[in-house]
Amino acid sequence: MKSYVRPMPTTWWLRRGSYVFFMLREFTSVFIAAYLVLFLVMIHRLYQGQAAYESFLESLKSPLAIIFHIVALAFALFHTCTWFNLTPKALVIRLGEERLPPAAIIIPNYLAWIVISVIIGWFVLKG
Amino acid sequence: MANSTTNQSMRLEVFRFSPEEDQEPKPRFQTYEVPFRKDWVVLDALNYVKDQMDGSLSFRWSCRMGVCGSCGMMINGVPKLSCAAFLRDYYPNPIRVEPLANFPVLRDLVFQLDSFIEKLKSIQPWIVRKEEKPISEGEYLQTPAEHARYKDFSMCINCMLCYAACPVVGLEPDFLGPAAIALAQRYNFDSRDQGRAGRQEIVASHEGIWQCTFVGECSAVCPKHVDPAGAIQQAKVASTVDWFKEVLWPWGAKR
Amino acid sequence: MESHEHDVLIIGGGGAGLRAAIELAESYPQLRVAVISKVYPMRSHTVAAEGGAAAVIKANDSLDRHAYDTVSGSDWLGDQDVIEAFVKEAPGEMIQMEHWGCPWSREPDGHVAVRPFGGMAIERTWFAADKTGFHMLHTLYQTALKHGATKWYNEFFVSKLLVEEGRCQGAAAIELLTGQVHAILAKAIIMCTGGAGRLFPFTTNGAIKTGDGMGLAYQAGVPLKDLEFVQYHPTGLPGTGILITEAARGEGGLLVNKDGYRYLQDYGLGPPEPWPRLRAMELGPRDRLSQAFMQEDAKGKTIPGPYGSVVHLDLRHLGEKKIDKKLPFVRELAKNYAGIDPVHDPIPVRPVVHYCMGGIDTDIQGATVIPGLFAAGECACVSLNGANRLGSNSLTELLVFGKRAARSAAQFSLDHPGIATAQLKSQAEQEQQRISSQFIRKQGGTERIATLRTELNKIMEAGAGIYRTEESLQKACSAIAVLKERFRNIVLDDRSVSFNTELITALELNFMLDVGQALTHSARRRTESRGSHQRTDYPARDDKKFLKHSLAYKTDGEPRIDYKDVVITRWPPGERVYGK
Repeated sequence: MKSYVRPMPTTWWLRRGSYVFFMLREFTSVFIAAYLVLFLVMIHRLYQGQAAYESFLESLKSPLAIIFHIVALAFALFHTCTWFNLTPKALVIRLGEERLPPAAIIIPNYLAWIVISVIIGWFVLKG
Repeated sequence: MANSTTNQSMRLEVFRFSPEEDQEPKPRFQTYEVPFRKDWVVLDALNYVKDQMDGSLSFRWSCRMGVCGSCGMMINGVPKLSCAAFLRDYYPNPIRVEPLANFPVLRDLVFQLDSFIEKLKSIQPWIVRKEEKPISEGEYLQTPAEHARYKDFSMCINCMLCYAACPVVGLEPDFLGPAAIALAQRYNFDSRDQGRAGRQEIVASHEGIWQCTFVGECSAVCPKHVDPAGAIQQAKVASTVDWFKEVLWPWGAKR
Repeated sequence: MESHEHDVLIIGGGGAGLRAAIELAESYPQLRVAVISKVYPMRSHTVAAEGGAAAVIKANDSLDRHAYDTVSGSDWLGDQDVIEAFVKEAPGEMIQMEHWGCPWSREPDGHVAVRPFGGMAIERTWFAADKTGFHMLHTLYQTALKHGATKWYNEFFVSKLLVEEGRCQGAAAIELLTGQVHAILAKAIIMCTGGAGRLFPFTTNGAIKTGDGMGLAYQAGVPLKDLEFVQYHPTGLPGTGILITEAARGEGGLLVNKDGYRYLQDYGLGPPEPWPRLRAMELGPRDRLSQAFMQEDAKGKTIPGPYGSVVHLDLRHLGEKKIDKKLPFVRELAKNYAGIDPVHDPIPVRPVVHYCMGGIDTDIQGATVIPGLFAAGECACVSLNGANRLGSNSLTELLVFGKRAARSAAQFSLDHPGIATAQLKSQAEQEQQRISSQFIRKQGGTERIATLRTELNKIMEAGAGIYRTEESLQKACSAIAVLKERFRNIVLDDRSVSFNTELITALELNFMLDVGQALTHSARRRTESRGSHQRTDYPARDDKKFLKHSLAYKTDGEPRIDYKDVVITRWPPGERVYGK
């Protein structure tokens, strides 16, 4: 007896809010990768010497570059927050019969992030 | 029947398909006007249709209390047990009822689930031990804490809502899927079991945990709070740790 | 005609059927075993059982005490040789389940925990939170899957047993997917098809509990034993009939009437104590509790509700922590289907049909009077439960008698190697013709299946409910005879062959009519009150005339009722005393 197989359209992810959220989360990887490329370019420019590095820094002040950085930062923050919030799913710490509540795993992530960011920020900005 | 003083009704738009009609499969939607009762679930409405209006509507059901797992359907595009979807949560809007997504449809709301059974079998869902204890020596001891490790994963009623919610199942039909992996974890975490190594070949394969991209919808729709997404991510962590151990300690004992 | 041959065929994939399948695969690996089920096995109604499974385990308990509780619980109608064998084999079976992975709830030291249950003098009910049946069924199914040689006919509906030369040698089964009848042949057949709660309008039972196997055996000439004994579970949700487990009372739940009064003390189950006392009050046997409700109702002391009157099951004093640990499913069910949270409000409950003590007549080994045909579980009547079953005995019964029937069937199949294939195929072909002409291709007819089914439900509730009279039963007998005539006039909307579930409901209704008829006639003939069969016109127990099992045989007209003696070994008939 033949059965009916329903096709899955390429727009499947538009059907539910949770699917859209998932796709956006995955999409953040594009910006993370793009930023990584930019970073490698910067290293290369540094290697090429003072003039090349400074002209690179100038190009970062263009409106397009600034917009890219803002968008990339937004996606990076989104990526980080979703990652932290999902950590308790993968990491289960048991105390006898109970398990550590998710907040007890998520909050230290954020705290560490803030602390490390403050330290790096201090080094970067004081120079 | 009690509660019949109201004359309110509502519409069900139900997916119909019969493999006997023609050469081309011709699915369609059929609309039924059913009474609205505030304590009815979609299953009650479907049974009303079958009993009073159209006996040719085929669907699976049994316990009507959310434990047998028979009555999973797409209710307004969301995988749900039809015995747990209350009409009052949709009234007065019409309700669209379709067979569970990501499975071939056999007839009306009935889908082919043998692929699921095969996946379940493939992960060896039974206690595996090197040596069995004789019955005369009594039970294996298991503390409440040891039981808690796998308890949630043992609650799966095989309703397959998670397979319908998972886009990977839809895109890659060979994906082992949430329920099968959660069941593998149920046994892996059971202190009486020693069979994890044997399950890894299937569980940690490409069609196993590594095809999961952590959409997380499986856990969102699970009516028994099994959290298959958690089971899969934990398996990913454990498998990765295994890999590192193998690389850094190749002479170590395999669990 | 597609035919298949096996050594042992199991019809029904619930607890008993799966236990039998595992036993055959493990102890008789040379035999070709097949399981037919009209649903996928994990949908079987064993899955809905909640409270627990009894077996002696505590140091201060004994097999004799379990046996005595069961004998007295059965109002002395249980066969005592069966009961003695049962209590002896029970603990081993439960340990076996644990070895197969069943997640029994534990004491802090890791040993299996037990809880108090109705009618039991000592705690001996093993439990897996309050989803014992679910965990047992899934453990059994998954363990059965270990044995790759077992053949599974999932979603095949047996419409007729094939008997040739006086021996049962197979079944004609409709493959739901195609509508084709298959001849599934075997040297021995085990019926594990469950009970018939769907005969009644309010039941804990799911859709599939339509007494098919009882009807199949009955039509093949096997008598149905003690059918008149139908158990009403005292605490079902009003309207839906959804089960609220006895464990809720085992953990300390109280039953109160509209005045907040624990009324059970007025019915010989007191004196009340603040906490559950075994074999007293809320932990009395189910028949007495259901009867107490009816009497309170007659006095106007119950609480009116939209689905009939109720009493309140109060769990508030247990506290949220205990409820979430020991009764989480009860909390979920009450919230979803009664709209109340038992942590804050009492649960409205009333007696609903739950279990059939009666069924296919078998001996202590699970064999019926037809050679080659065996039965186990709720569809069978061994008789373990007599006139009233104690809660938590039936889940254990599935294991003990599923295994016994498997061993008997295996031995029979080894002793009877031949199968009359040609004749059996021909019988199956005739069955295919019958299905086609009487249902699929039938011309004319005006009655809807649901109409007849609802009528049957009403007749059973009115005529053969908790309290019965000659008049109510006589009315029921006549009304069912009329329904059987009307059944010949049914018409199906669905004339297709692929997944025609309407055809299945018609065949199920046919079995229900047969079982209902046998039940009402058996009840009418038993002019005494015993256990769950209560006659207001014959209120006393009559051991002289009725310390016997009733046997209902199918005829062309009304069922023929006969009797056979109850086996008494060590416990001569006595008074059932609870409370004191």
